Amino acid sequence: MPQHFKIKKGLNINLAGKAEKVIGTTNTSGLYALKPGDFHGLIPKLEVKEGDSVKAGSVLFTDKSQPEICFTSPVSGTIAAVNRGERRVILEVIIRPDNRNEYETFKTGSPLSLSREEVKNLILRSGLWPAIKQRPYNIIADPAVTPKSIFVPVFDSAPLAPDYDFIIQGSESDFQTGIDALSRLTAGRVHVNIHAFTVSPAFKQVRNAQVNTFEGPHPAGNSSIHIQFVDPLSKGEQVWIVYPQDVVALGRLFTKGFYDASKIVALCGSEVENPRYYRIISGASVKSITNGNVKESVHRYISGNPLTGTQVTSESYIGYYDSQISVIPEGNYSEFLGWALPGFEKYSFYRLFWSWINPRKKYELDTNIHGGHRAFVLTGMYEKVFPLPIYPMQLLKSIIAEDVEQMERLGIYEIAEEDFALCEFIDASKTEMQALVRKGLDLMKKEMS
Amino acid sequence: MNSLRKYLDNIKPNFEKGGRFEKFRSTFDAFETFLFVPDKVTRSGSHIRDSIDMKRTMTIVIIALIPSLLFGMYNVGFQHSLATGNTSSFWQLFGFGFLKVFPIVVVSYVVGLSIEFIFAQVRGHEVNEGFLVTGMLIPLVMPVDVPLWTVAISTAFAVIIGKEVFGGTGMNILNPALTARAFLFFAYPADMTGDKVWVAGLKAGKNMVDGFSGATPLGNLAQNIHKLPDHMDAFIGFIPGSIGETSKLAILIGAAILLYSGIGSWKIMISTLVGGLVMGLIFNTFAVNDYMRLPFYEHLLYGGFMFGLVFMATDPVTAAQTERGKWIYGFLTGMLAIIIRVFNPAYPEGVMLAILLMNVFAPLIDYFVVESNVKKRMKRYKQAELLKPLSTDTIKEPSHEYSK
Repeated sequence: MPQHFKIKKGLNINLAGKAEKVIGTTNTSGLYALKPGDFHGLIPKLEVKEGDSVKAGSVLFTDKSQPEICFTSPVSGTIAAVNRGERRVILEVIIRPDNRNEYETFKTGSPLSLSREEVKNLILRSGLWPAIKQRPYNIIADPAVTPKSIFVPVFDSAPLAPDYDFIIQGSESDFQTGIDALSRLTAGRVHVNIHAFTVSPAFKQVRNAQVNTFEGPHPAGNSSIHIQFVDPLSKGEQVWIVYPQDVVALGRLFTKGFYDASKIVALCGSEVENPRYYRIISGASVKSITNGNVKESVHRYISGNPLTGTQVTSESYIGYYDSQISVIPEGNYSEFLGWALPGFEKYSFYRLFWSWINPRKKYELDTNIHGGHRAFVLTGMYEKVFPLPIYPMQLLKSIIAEDVEQMERLGIYEIAEEDFALCEFIDASKTEMQALVRKGLDLMKKEMS
Repeated sequence: MNSLRKYLDNIKPNFEKGGRFEKFRSTFDAFETFLFVPDKVTRSGSHIRDSIDMKRTMTIVIIALIPSLLFGMYNVGFQHSLATGNTSSFWQLFGFGFLKVFPIVVVSYVVGLSIEFIFAQVRGHEVNEGFLVTGMLIPLVMPVDVPLWTVAISTAFAVIIGKEVFGGTGMNILNPALTARAFLFFAYPADMTGDKVWVAGLKAGKNMVDGFSGATPLGNLAQNIHKLPDHMDAFIGFIPGSIGETSKLAILIGAAILLYSGIGSWKIMISTLVGGLVMGLIFNTFAVNDYMRLPFYEHLLYGGFMFGLVFMATDPVTAAQTERGKWIYGFLTGMLAIIIRVFNPAYPEGVMLAILLMNVFAPLIDYFVVESNVKKRMKRYKQAELLKPLSTDTIKEPSHEYSK
């Protein structure tokens, strides 16, 4: 049954620099990279060495503990470098493209006519499996498990988020094929979760899936919210999450028979001259889309949105899961009596600064922390931006105390880092909550396995 | 301000690890962050952060307390002039009160902040801003004739035993300002009770007009003497009492600031108010003595009930922390305050003990609220466990009951 949910708690942060719905022209990326660090908890086993030539879809590395999960090259070319960090951890596998666009070929066919095993093995081999994430723990899905349902969030409510209605235009049939493929993987249903304002017929009239409508402020687009309202997760259960562009890639895999890693990303943020969308191949360099389009000063480049993204440099590469590059000012300045000034320019969730006079203003927020780390003092504030039926502060405290049993009782299976991003944003005590949640999830996983 | 910044940057290495004045690292840090919001940037997680910080939060509470402080100063002079029969100008009255009250504020801040700095230094923490509010609250809940040395001792007791032994701001169980007052009340009762302490200069007993008692309205009620001030005087605050508690008008201005900024919990304020009124009504219904017959709404006008409910019960650290818990916590605080007030002849003010008592019970209230949430979750987990054989790998082919 399609359902409609209205979310009341949350916060839309009005940031300057939303991407205009135009596809810009990119410089072709000189190099491409696949970064094991994008996949939390992965210990990669390298399958290629420097100088090897690869096709798009050739295996670069696999998961050491689950070797059937392949990570494949997005382009054809040669391996330019394997960059390692401390203790020889693989940071990036860099591919120099040959621009011949050679692909590893796979079997084609409607996923509905294939068996579950065939669908699964094809996705595993193609390198698209890592696009499927599981809850609990928010990591790559375990192929040995049949999830009770699969969630496809087709809108993003985060600040400056890309518009999937726009991105999916022209790929409607691939999206449908992707959904068909996903429907073979679960014992339950595929849930396509749309916003009340979603117009794309690809989403609204999708077949082999249940369409649920959500409305309300951020985090209405977060998967945890959808799961909680549609099909709540309990201990021992698993649900999977796939993002819309990856569903399209899945569809292309079944219709074209190769791994087409092209996708559209939004370049946004107050430091971008002309924020817009770009068509890239997954793993492209950041500068291939930012070149010449960013104002001159000190910036923070973020792969993802400013609330949950990963810090990158302009020389780095776009993250595997990200459909957005945000560029915002660095906040490395000290401000004389800044805490005491009236603050007409200072965005705050609280009415402690005079900026509340102008609620419609768009803000150019920077990366300054605006204060020092303190114990939790204010209460009841996190709950105002946290729509899940979970006590956020109590859960965080149980993570700090490493009390595994209490974490389970307070609902750690039902959350991911991103759910605490708004709490972290409005937190007066400046606690690094998302890192804390990750620590809790890792601890939980270790204890449960 | 660049020269100041440059100067700070110049001397900063002395205070860092290995520097000459490493011992004073926290102290330097406190002054530096007071002058400049630091240039620290986010590393991971949320890259952008709200402009709020603890300094701003605490400043707003202090601003909310200022009307009570200013009126308190004036009222000290005013009560003194009533007692002595002298008539003076507004500024003379205010000046008299200022000279009486200001030293108490200074003693409270100097003693409390010194201890905070020492603890921060020993622990290697940043100095917490929590005491900025406590330091203002302590003078406001003191009688004006309290000796300064007892203020110093009770402040030290409150900060060390009431807060720092628990780990500092955010970790304490009891409201520190009320801890100071309770300590003073039990350790030095002569300075906190009776008729002589509420009006400046009465203890010395000089130049009193005939018939001036100096007792607070609640003190009179407790002794069954019916000398209640008229409602307007009690609302504006021209009655004897602790320095900051007499003017309900000033307290309401503070409440408005706290509520508008979102720093004070409206749930606690409302529920405490309702709790107090309900208890007053119950007493009215079953009244067997004059105190119980006091119209229920008049309880708001006398004593520290309003001050306690706006500034003390709402302390986010020591109150209940769950939203549902706040309703229960406030309601019980309000009821208890009136019960203690009416039934305890030795002590005419109940709100202090009521809040301290409920501070102790707040974690228990939260426990039950959180536990009811946990219970629902555990029930669902258990059901999932029962269904488990149906939903794992064993399923061969998924069904497509709603395809096409």
